[in-house]
Amino acid sequence: MSEPAIYTPPPRSRTADLAAGVLVALTRLVTGAQARWVGPAPGPEATQRVYFANHSSHLDALVLWAALPSDLRRRTRPVAAADYWDRPGLRGWISRELLNAVLVDRGSAQGGREALARLSSALAAGASLILFPEGTRGDGVTIGDLKPGLYFVAKERPDLDLVPVYLQNLCRILPKGEILPVPLLGSSTFGPPLRLEPGEGRRTFLDRARNALIALGGQP
Amino acid sequence: MNIVWDREIIALLAGIVGLLVLASAIGWVLAQRVQAESGQAVVANLNARVRAWWIMTAVFTAALATGGIGSVILFGLTSFIALREFITLTPTRRADHRTLFWAFFVFVPVQYWLVATHWYGLFVIFIPVYAFLFVPVRSVLAGDTEDFLARTAKIQWGLMVAVYCVSHAPALLMLDIPGYAGENAKLLLYLIVVVQLSDVLQYVFGKTLGRHKIVPKVSPNKTWEGTIGGIAAATLIGTALWWATPFSPWEAAGIALVVNLAGFAGGLCMSAIKRDRGIKDFGSLIQGHGGVLDRIDSLCFAAPLFFHLVRYLYT
Repeated sequence: MSEPAIYTPPPRSRTADLAAGVLVALTRLVTGAQARWVGPAPGPEATQRVYFANHSSHLDALVLWAALPSDLRRRTRPVAAADYWDRPGLRGWISRELLNAVLVDRGSAQGGREALARLSSALAAGASLILFPEGTRGDGVTIGDLKPGLYFVAKERPDLDLVPVYLQNLCRILPKGEILPVPLLGSSTFGPPLRLEPGEGRRTFLDRARNALIALGGQP
Repeated sequence: MNIVWDREIIALLAGIVGLLVLASAIGWVLAQRVQAESGQAVVANLNARVRAWWIMTAVFTAALATGGIGSVILFGLTSFIALREFITLTPTRRADHRTLFWAFFVFVPVQYWLVATHWYGLFVIFIPVYAFLFVPVRSVLAGDTEDFLARTAKIQWGLMVAVYCVSHAPALLMLDIPGYAGENAKLLLYLIVVVQLSDVLQYVFGKTLGRHKIVPKVSPNKTWEGTIGGIAAATLIGTALWWATPFSPWEAAGIALVVNLAGFAGGLCMSAIKRDRGIKDFGSLIQGHGGVLDRIDSLCFAAPLFFHLVRYLYT
């Protein structure tokens, strides 16, 4: 295996820098989101990691991203659905310039293969990723079955820590189909990392990852 | 409204600062003396509480210094955060989303706008009549009947405790008391000082003398010794501060006692809610104290009683 690359995020204008700061502050204010590290807290070194979380709200990617310490945040790219985030105007600008999101098509098999290729090239460049392996937003109560994407990432990069993150209450703050948020208190809980065990099969690994989210507060 | 900075309000504020200096000094000495690990945790929590008191006093005084409007905004924000803590820990359903949006962004601002404009007639009924009727209507339009009554009641109670009751504290500024014009800020300060000192003194008496629990299933920290000692001491202080109010010393004693009993009841009821939800604190915004609602639980019950006693007897 080659030396791990140190990810250099694309340069950002002063305006975008400022806007990113405002977005982080606003996200934290509206969701009251507190980050709790049940697993080891992140050190000063910006280690490459993959964060995976339960998905129940459009706020999820934003909240997890904003919960990270700023040096990690700059090197962490949320993997987000192109059909929602790749839009002209503000949403597209936020996802490209501020979140530096990896936009992927969901759905078609061809899109799936291309999505995985985008993930591996982002990982090869040294970026950390935020994944929502349920694929689509759940009901906010139970944690659905995880899609194989997480397994492919784990298999491709068995040297990386996969950090489970349980996002709480975000589906109450901004549920499916609503535009206006209600400012309840959310939280993101970062659990102890896992890795693909040697010889571990896809189903076993994905169940273990799902159980890690359940252990942090999700419901089976 | 303008606030007259007379000698009495300065004396009240100076008294608070004096108490905080004393508390900080005691905390510092304890931090040097106490060696045992469990003791150190208690002292660390005590010092965090005292630091938070300094900040709360500074914010409150700054709000008071801007005149009435600053206090109204401060209590409005307090209500907003308290409601946020309450609803976060109270299960609501997807169908309540828009109802909650109204609660946060319409009912809270309107209630405090009524306080700011001294519109007493609507202030006292806006939430108990209009908001109470609106909440179930908005929820039923979303078409979900599961737990309908319970969901409605939770939102109504949140509005009642966190918004309606708390708004009676800054509403003291709207009262026209003959011979006391411009001095109402002292009433607000008096209420806060008596209620909060009662909390502190119940804690101190409970920690030092507490033996017999009152309602162990609800609040294991509330003892007869702590409660009676704390309420008696806070009532004495409330009596001794009669010069800052329109009350005579005996009247001040009676009113302080009522306020402290109401505050105790408030703390107990909010403890029951926390116990039912299986949590210790409503939030974590105030270091050492928990959430905003944990700090103002006794004020929620005391403020409306104090407001109406003063309004009925002195205006």
